[in-house]
Amino acid sequence: MSTMIETRDLRFAYPAEEQEQPVYALKGVDLRIEKGSFVVVLGHNGSGKSTLAKTMNAVLLPAGGKVYVEGLDTLDERLLLEIRQRVGMVFQNPDNQIVANVVEEDVAFAPENLGVPTEEIRRRVDEALKAVGMSGFVTHAPHLLSGGQKQRIAIAGVIAMEPACVVLDEATAMLDPVGRQEVLSTIHRLNREKGITVVLITHHMNEAEEADRVIVMDAGQVAMDGTPQEVFSCVDRLCSMGLTVPDTVDLLDRLQKDGVQVPLDAITVEACADAIAAAFSAAPEN
Amino acid sequence: MLKDITLGQYFPGNTVAHKLDPRTKILLVVLYIVALFTAKSLLTYGIMALCLAVCVRISRVGIRQLVRGLKPVLFIIIFTGVLNLLFTPGETELFSWGFLHVTGEGLRNAVFMVLRIMLLIMGTFLMTYTTSPISLTDGLERLLNGLKRFHVPVHELAMMMSIALRFIPTLIEETDKIMSAQKARGADFESGNLIQKAKALIPILVPLFISAFRRADELATAMECRCYHGGEGRTKLHVLRYESRDYVALTIGVLVVAAVAVLRRLGL
Ligand SMILES: Nc1ncnc2c1ncn2[C@@H]1O[C@H](COP(=O)(O)OP(=O)(O)O)[C@@H](O)[C@H]1O
Ligand SMILES: [Mg+2]
Repeated sequence: MSTMIETRDLRFAYPAEEQEQPVYALKGVDLRIEKGSFVVVLGHNGSGKSTLAKTMNAVLLPAGGKVYVEGLDTLDERLLLEIRQRVGMVFQNPDNQIVANVVEEDVAFAPENLGVPTEEIRRRVDEALKAVGMSGFVTHAPHLLSGGQKQRIAIAGVIAMEPACVVLDEATAMLDPVGRQEVLSTIHRLNREKGITVVLITHHMNEAEEADRVIVMDAGQVAMDGTPQEVFSCVDRLCSMGLTVPDTVDLLDRLQKDGVQVPLDAITVEACADAIAAAFSAAPEN
Repeated sequence: MLKDITLGQYFPGNTVAHKLDPRTKILLVVLYIVALFTAKSLLTYGIMALCLAVCVRISRVGIRQLVRGLKPVLFIIIFTGVLNLLFTPGETELFSWGFLHVTGEGLRNAVFMVLRIMLLIMGTFLMTYTTSPISLTDGLERLLNGLKRFHVPVHELAMMMSIALRFIPTLIEETDKIMSAQKARGADFESGNLIQKAKALIPILVPLFISAFRRADELATAMECRCYHGGEGRTKLHVLRYESRDYVALTIGVLVVAAVAVLRRLGL
């Protein structure tokens, strides 16, 4: 598999007050995100997730180290548009990223900026809206839609650039459970069917269940990196970083501490139930 | 209560009035305003009112909606009317009371002034009712395109206008929310004199401004992420094109202005 995004010893500091040492929000991040993968980034507030996301499409430029998007250096100003076209970004508040007051005009915004010919824009808009399941809302006013629908419009607005990768920075944080589910199933489908690389930054541990890979950020560094099973079985480590684990892993962890022989890597509800059932049937006298 | 604001409201439809090119409609409104300020007699005002009535009929916009647009400026209309009525000098005095004199000229002026303002507002509202904000700004941008040569930031202004229109409902909703939150904490916006009322607005305006700045910041980032880099090299989903109906409409507009001007020369 080829590499979608690569960071090499990436450092970043926000401008500090005068006479103060700049505080690094990213302190040497080395990552290689494979094309077509579904990566979830976890980490408590202020751990540098948003900063990392914004360096991935040259909204923020590294203060040290490098970021490569499909081999393109984000420090090269001439490649700016090309990089941003390849890595789309969706943010938390849907109201603050919708530009137009008609759905189709909003989705068309990015292709218009890229100078795509009119007929091609039309095709992309229709296709993007279809991809997020909002085809029936072409001429609707975005402010009248639900949170989940607005966020799907925002995703469509990014998909219309035909990016190779979409980064979602807590895009589900402001949504109700229904809206969150809509958005999640949409991005999982985009990942499966269109092969779009997904980097999903989230606070909800259960959103990491189906990921190919989980990265945990802490204090501007990558603290843990692995499959969901690998990461979530380190319950104590996660708790020490101020994170919770999915309810299923929490349950298994408590059982284990009570002396029941269960594995910690059964994350989905079904796997968890099976693991518990297996543990109890193997040792019925407990 | 804030939901009643009709500014920039658009009623979608499929009539000729809706389908006209936005540039045509803007030009027609300009012609209409010119004609209104040229009109000097009952006859010419009648013609203008008739024109408006025909346009309203074509657009199928309800008269009630159009009249509702007058409500926010009712005070200005009445004020102008009374001012003209009382303070126009003239010979034919209808009646006087103390230092106030109502003259025939004053009455005439007041009626015409009120008519003019009402027709003006209803005409412009008819345009905004039948044109989506986005095509309106698009039309403006294209009409003023020539000014780019004189370094007028036409694209930027149009973009600002369309973003402002986009955020009006969002900010209204937010204001409503903040007001409810402050009311729940015992804030009182209704009683007291003018100064007290103005003071009561501060706890609304401060959070509103802070949030507006945060929104602006996030929106700017989101626009950058979607490859926005100014108006250069931008294409459009909807390209404006003049159709024959636009030429017909503009011809009629010019003819009406010409007719009104001729009638005025003839003293009618
Ligand atoms: N615009 C900014 N200016 C200054 N410091 C910032 C800014 N944005 C974030 N930071 C700081 O950078 C660090 C990482 O923030 P961020 O990347 O937003 O974390 P996360 O998204 O994981 O919550 C935090 O310590 C935060 O205070
Ligand atoms: Mg963040």
